[in-house]
Amino acid sequence: MEILVILVPLALMLGGAGLVAFLWSLRSGQYDDLDGAAWRAIADEEPQQEAPVKR
Amino acid sequence: MRLTRDFSHYVRTAGEGVQHIDLAVEGVHCAGCMAKIERGLSAIPDVTLARVNLTDRRLALEWKQGTLDPSRFIDRLEELGYKAYPYETESAEATEVAESRFLLRCLGVAAFATMNVMMLSIPVWSGNVSDMLPEQRDFFHWLSALIALPAAAYAGQPFFRSAWRALSAKTTNMDVPISIGVILALGMSVVETVHHAEHAYFDAAIMLLTFLLVGRVLDQNMRRRTRAVAGNLAALKAETAAKFVGADEISQVPVAAIHPGDIVLLRPGERCAVDGTVIEGRSEIDQSLITGETLYVVAEHGTPVYAGSMNISGTLRVRVSAASEATLLAEITRLLDNALQARSRYMRLADRASQLYAPVVHAAALLTILGWVIAGASWHDAIVTGVAVLIITCPCALGLAIPTVQTVTSGAMFKSGVLLNSGDAIERLAEADHVIFDKTGTLTLPELEVTNVADIPADLFEPAGRLALSSHHPVAAAVAQAAGARSPIVGAIEEAGQGVRATIDGIEIRLGRPSFCGAEAEIGAGAGADLDPEASIVAFSKGNERVILSVRQGLRPDAPAVIAALKARNIGIEILSGDREPAVRAAAHALGIPEWRAGVTPADKIARIEELKQRGAKVLMVGDGMNDAPSLAAAHVSMSPISAAHLSQATADLVFLGRPLAPVVAAIDSSREALRLMRQNLWLAIGYNVLAVPVAISGVVTPLIAAAAMSGSSVLVMLNSLRARSSSRETL
Repeated sequence: MEILVILVPLALMLGGAGLVAFLWSLRSGQYDDLDGAAWRAIADEEPQQEAPVKR
Repeated sequence: MRLTRDFSHYVRTAGEGVQHIDLAVEGVHCAGCMAKIERGLSAIPDVTLARVNLTDRRLALEWKQGTLDPSRFIDRLEELGYKAYPYETESAEATEVAESRFLLRCLGVAAFATMNVMMLSIPVWSGNVSDMLPEQRDFFHWLSALIALPAAAYAGQPFFRSAWRALSAKTTNMDVPISIGVILALGMSVVETVHHAEHAYFDAAIMLLTFLLVGRVLDQNMRRRTRAVAGNLAALKAETAAKFVGADEISQVPVAAIHPGDIVLLRPGERCAVDGTVIEGRSEIDQSLITGETLYVVAEHGTPVYAGSMNISGTLRVRVSAASEATLLAEITRLLDNALQARSRYMRLADRASQLYAPVVHAAALLTILGWVIAGASWHDAIVTGVAVLIITCPCALGLAIPTVQTVTSGAMFKSGVLLNSGDAIERLAEADHVIFDKTGTLTLPELEVTNVADIPADLFEPAGRLALSSHHPVAAAVAQAAGARSPIVGAIEEAGQGVRATIDGIEIRLGRPSFCGAEAEIGAGAGADLDPEASIVAFSKGNERVILSVRQGLRPDAPAVIAALKARNIGIEILSGDREPAVRAAAHALGIPEWRAGVTPADKIARIEELKQRGAKVLMVGDGMNDAPSLAAAHVSMSPISAAHLSQATADLVFLGRPLAPVVAAIDSSREALRLMRQNLWLAIGYNVLAVPVAISGVVTPLIAAAAMSGSSVLVMLNSLRARSSSRETL
């Protein structure tokens, strides 16, 4: 059962890392515009100059 | 004339040598707009950031200090086709944003704690029936306490604060039983852990907070969106005006700095920020924001203009009669505030449920303790059982019952073209049994259309359309659209209030008033005879050929079907319009609505709504003009098309998109379904309690049973809410 000494802190650390990541994403404003973010993922890049179509 | 614009009030420094401004942008609806604006503004040299927030319809801009004038951004946005206003974060909205971030942080912390405490609890549950050593169990309990106590202290704040506020005011709300339950559960668990007991309820307490926070976050998100709309509205109102500071010198000043008697310049395309009288110039003004009428009014010397009117064609000098506080716009806003206040008295379903809930549960817990003591149990065991009753009855499913349905329904409504402004609108809409429609822009389409396209020879229609492209007039826009014209005629000249003319292949062509085209004769004879009296008549002449075009606002294509569908649902319908009688009569007749009134003022509309309220009717008001805004707020529930004036949109509980009127019926159907589901959810939650409470009172509840029952009922409620998504969408 000595393995608990390693496993429990490890599990807590992993959970804590998730929490820190969430708080960071919240602080950096990633939840401020959920509508816009949904569209940005599929938005086109700058229109390209008539790239030849490859078949 | 020299003009200066001063936006320094809105610009703030954002770090080293960078300046920042927030703009509220009108007309941003989709990803396309977002990309267009961001590209258009990033292309300006020295701009370091241009980012659109699609949820709030705002734009954040940053640039290198001292290189650019903010007015340049506004001009650039205008070229791209968007109106922008410098925006200053209101304190109310800033609070709301901070609140929603705080709730999300709490949810993050609670969810983290729940997962980790569960990880420790499951070994204890399985260990209790197998071979776990008491020392190991204590170690796990202490670890759970270490995680759960600080997490609950942090994540429970929203509930504790609200409960404290309610208790200080000597009332009670849903947060009181929640707070008591959580605190008792945690306190008892600590005591039990100290005494090496078998059971601790850290997991149940923290899980409860997590589930409830999910409900709170969903609710808050919807409220925040409403705030954003209201904030943009404030930006629209915080307007500036071009004031004459010398004989030939003007300065762009905030409206607050303008006093009665000042003279301001009103250029084409500008919205008037003051009430006043025209002293020089000739133009057409769009008063649709104020009267709901989309046809332009001619403004010349002596014409009164009101704040909110848009100047269309010519430049006007206006002598100010009332500024900011005393304008018609301010007056309407004031009416609106009063009406909104009245409506906030509406008691939400959740509040009604919680008022019944708290006394019953606390009485049950108290009786349990007393009952066990009388039956001969020790005080310790009796209290443990009493707390178990409180834990198991904690209104977890009850807290989720309504926000989850609201969120799913608002998603379903969005798909059928309806946006929700306020969460409890669903409950109120479901109760509506009488619909009042405004006519202009609501039953009719906001834009005009040419009704006699079939009578016009194609070889005349084509140049007429091209010529129409050169005019700003809405009638011309309708002609251009009907003709499918693309390329404007070069060298066309617009004569204010008359029409446009140009020369093509040596032949003069004119489009405009019949007199301008020499076509008075055509109106009386032939083509004009069967024209609708409500239509605007424009003429087109090419050399000696003349033709009359009749332009009017058409009814929304599915309006008759929608009216029929509403009648089928046994909902009373009437029209209240500020428009003239013949127009309203024609529309009412075409739609088969027997009850209608024309020439109604905003105050009359409110009076009529009050009258219906007295009779016990729940009124749904559907309107779009700024003149409708107060009645929208006065009605039990209200709806506006997206083309509506900003103020109406912000007031309306629901906003619908697109040309069809069908979303009105769809929204009523969805909301009725939603209300049914909310009631079902409440019954599910209560039913769960009815089953769980006897078990808890009997004293056999273990933390495992508490956790399973709590998450089971919450998941059941959430699944039931999801049914709102699949409700049938056959509305017509």
